[in-house]
Amino acid sequence: MSAFNAIGDEREIDRDEFTPGLEPQPTWCPGCGDFGVLKALKQALPEVGLTPEEVLTVTGIGCSGKLNSYLDTYGFHTIHGRSLPVARAAKLANDGLTVVAAGGDGDGYGIGGNHFMHTARENHDMTYIVFNNEVFGLTKGQTSPTSPKGHTSKTTPHGNAKSPIRPLSLALTSGATYIARTAAVNPNQAKEIIKEAIEHDGFAHIDFLTQCPTWNKDARQYVPYVDVQESDDYDFDIHDRKEAQEMMFETENALYEGTVLTGRYFVDERPSYQQQKKELGEMPEEPLAERYFDDDAEWERSYDLLERHK
Amino acid sequence: MSDHELIWRIAGGSGDGIDSTSQNFAKALMRSGLDVFTHRHYPSRIRGGHTYVEIRAAGHKVQSRGDGYNFLLALGDSFARNPKEGAYYGNEEIKPLSENLDELNEGGIIVYDSGLLSEDDVESLNLEERAEENDWHVFDIDLRSMAKEHGREVMRNTAGVGVTAALLEMDLEHIEDLMRDAMPEKILEPNLEILHDAYDMVTEEYDFEHDLRIPEGDHEDEQALLSGSNAIAYGAIDSGCRFIAGYPMTPWTDVFTIMSQNLPDMGGISEQVEDEIAAAALAVGASHAGVKAMSGSSGGGFALMSEPLGLAEMTETPIVLLESMRAGPSTGMPTKPEQGDLEFTLYTSQGDSARVVFAPANIEEAYEQTRLAFHIAYEYQIPTIIIYDQKLSGENENVPVSFLDREPDPSLGSTLTEDELEDLPHDESGKFHRFQHDVENGVSPRSLPGQKGGRFLATGNEHTPAGHISEDPDNRVFQMDRRLEKLEAIRTELDEEHDSNQTYAGDESADFGIITWGSAQGAVLEATERLNDQGHSVKAVGVSDMMPFPEAELTEFIESVDQAMVVEMNATAQFRGLIQKELGRYGEKLTSLLKYNGNPFEPADVVEGYELNVDGSDAEPDAQVRIEPAAGD
Ligand SMILES: Cc1ncc(C[n+]2csc(CCOP(=O)(O)OP(=O)(O)O)c2C)c(N)n1
Ligand code: SF4
Repeated sequence: MSAFNAIGDEREIDRDEFTPGLEPQPTWCPGCGDFGVLKALKQALPEVGLTPEEVLTVTGIGCSGKLNSYLDTYGFHTIHGRSLPVARAAKLANDGLTVVAAGGDGDGYGIGGNHFMHTARENHDMTYIVFNNEVFGLTKGQTSPTSPKGHTSKTTPHGNAKSPIRPLSLALTSGATYIARTAAVNPNQAKEIIKEAIEHDGFAHIDFLTQCPTWNKDARQYVPYVDVQESDDYDFDIHDRKEAQEMMFETENALYEGTVLTGRYFVDERPSYQQQKKELGEMPEEPLAERYFDDDAEWERSYDLLERHK
Repeated sequence: MSDHELIWRIAGGSGDGIDSTSQNFAKALMRSGLDVFTHRHYPSRIRGGHTYVEIRAAGHKVQSRGDGYNFLLALGDSFARNPKEGAYYGNEEIKPLSENLDELNEGGIIVYDSGLLSEDDVESLNLEERAEENDWHVFDIDLRSMAKEHGREVMRNTAGVGVTAALLEMDLEHIEDLMRDAMPEKILEPNLEILHDAYDMVTEEYDFEHDLRIPEGDHEDEQALLSGSNAIAYGAIDSGCRFIAGYPMTPWTDVFTIMSQNLPDMGGISEQVEDEIAAAALAVGASHAGVKAMSGSSGGGFALMSEPLGLAEMTETPIVLLESMRAGPSTGMPTKPEQGDLEFTLYTSQGDSARVVFAPANIEEAYEQTRLAFHIAYEYQIPTIIIYDQKLSGENENVPVSFLDREPDPSLGSTLTEDELEDLPHDESGKFHRFQHDVENGVSPRSLPGQKGGRFLATGNEHTPAGHISEDPDNRVFQMDRRLEKLEAIRTELDEEHDSNQTYAGDESADFGIITWGSAQGAVLEATERLNDQGHSVKAVGVSDMMPFPEAELTEFIESVDQAMVVEMNATAQFRGLIQKELGRYGEKLTSLLKYNGNPFEPADVVEGYELNVDGSDAEPDAQVRIEPAAGD
């Protein structure tokens, strides 16, 4: 018998199962976009047939990092910017788990930028949701890597001299194999995109636009938005790197010019890191964590390595 | 003569094959029944530059490189030999000879490659005169031509070994066997020819007047030659560690490499990642998901790990981290040992943080304490750190093969099965109480993601029993007290269930004590023996438990002497500071002997330190060793 019986549970799941009881109540501000992510996830997870116990959500620090405090899955609320290294190791250690990592734009594109680049490059089989509200929320409204040029805040009183990061383009050049943008104001699209991302075998990056009414009062609330797949104005091949890249570029410019474009931008079938490691014999076929519960497992000893030292 | 010993030094340029040659020669000595200890000196440079390996071999246990040495094989630095004036590698091919003369003992032997070193260069060293003064026996032999004749010039190492064997009247049998194992067919034949040619030539053409001969020894058990890094890696493997993540940094790289080369073949995983923050965070993630995991680095890289280290403490995720010290601060001296990261390792990370720190002193302790580190980490859900240094990492010693023949330990410690989870307290929503307030020893058993009935939130914020973020004062105090309680429980377990990790030596009734830690221990133990042989009365303790500190043991030791000298390889007496902090007194009883010039202690340094302490002489110690006087309480 497996030691991880939740994994592969085939029950019909009610989304209430992903909601904790009365405790704890979300501490997010009224109108915060983070509620949108929580809602979309709660809907998406049961719809792809997952139970709360076969999912591990790993978050960083920020308002966004509280996501798994209000979502009843196995959770790991880590430290600022470090959700990805924790998440990918958990996935390597137990390949049976569904791993979803999440954090803010400061968390994911600032302090955790290096991890983002490398996790995408390696194409770890997991979903990564970045709550992009263009500010630092939890530390009270400082300028973030996605704040527009000229943005004023307590730390940039004369306006932000830096141009914002291009998260979609960055994910693409780094090597992510599923890239999308959605918005809290569009829960249906968000849910569908999260479902695709979870089912995608590889690193799925979702730049999730979440309004922060408290610190980004003049932020557009990402409405009206345009779904690039639904609109006749945009036509590009989602599997074509070059076309996707151009479309991303346009989307990233448009955001700061007042047009909110969302949708899927790139899907690639490059094998996941886990799969490649298995093919190279660098990772066991069965989840490594299972071994510790397997009474028949043969544990090799260093004693067996001594020949070369004699 | 039973205490007769060989200390053989092979010197050349980095990249000249010194390492592999010396490794084989050390094994040959081990196979002939001797105890061996190797010491590697190398510059922070990939090719060229003066480097040497020393092998000490005797019929009795050897615990340090010893004082000086008695056989020099100077090969010349082939990377320094560059026909172009002012070429990149410089023009210092004489260095393997010139740089090594100061430490060669009286009566020692010098073999140098006259095929590589110019006569003018050698003349400039006044070698003849110095040889006469010191009773050295000099053999200038054209190893280069000998090697070229049968094969290639790089094989002059083999010629050097042949000459060594002839001069020491050593049997070639073990050397040949090892060459057969290590070399591909194509180069084996020429190498064997060179070995025999060199041996025969020296035996036939030279009369030796020196006394140095191969020592005699005998082992009861089969032996293996292991480095500290081997011992730590093997200790981890036997502990069931099947996940390692890292980023290269000297000297930690050695363990990382050994693990990476073995883990995948044993169904484990090794990850080279983007930086050390990621590396330690990966270890946390893997352990959280139910795999025994480790990471590590050296000073600068370890600094980056302080964040995930704290996360492991707060979330009570077991991990083992290695801190392989080199001289600091900052990038410091990458290839030189120092014990300068002790305080940093004990206290890095914010808050009242608790971790367990072991400091093994030799190859056997490195293995044992790595196993202990994994056991404690998983049983008590606490990060454990093994602090060691460049010296222990790279030196080799023989250990009986039977020493490592132990059962693997795949136990995940205080982890629950799904059946056990069913009976434990849960929230209304089904969350499991992962972090209970009142548990024995402070340890609240954990569940693993994917288990039925074990759902919880791990968080680096302070949290309730179910894992919810909380700033409630009562909960805070309960949780903090419980986490800290583990250290006391660990101290009790170490005292009661394991043999002491501390090493004692010398005369029990002695009034003078020497206290040391980590890799300085070998030199201290030899010095203690020597002092007692000379009629002094001295005892020593080598401490391995840095946190939790072995309060009772150290109190007893210090109480039993009038004065004690703390020996460590750093400039600020960090370990002495720790003793005084942990025991809260003894400032007036403790002096320090400090060395921080990049070279480890040798027994003579410690003997000298003792004499200065006891005689109160005004003389400045040699070898850039410093005495730090006792302080008031
Ligand atoms: C190492 C470290 N640096 C800084 C902080 C303080 N900090 C907490 S949240 C945060 C920024 C959060 O912004 P973002 O990631 O955009 O998330 P949001 O709160 O907007 O969801 C910062 C700087 C920290 N916790 N750790
Ligand atoms: S500060 Fe902004 S991001 Fe944070 S909870 Fe409030 S609205 Fe949301």
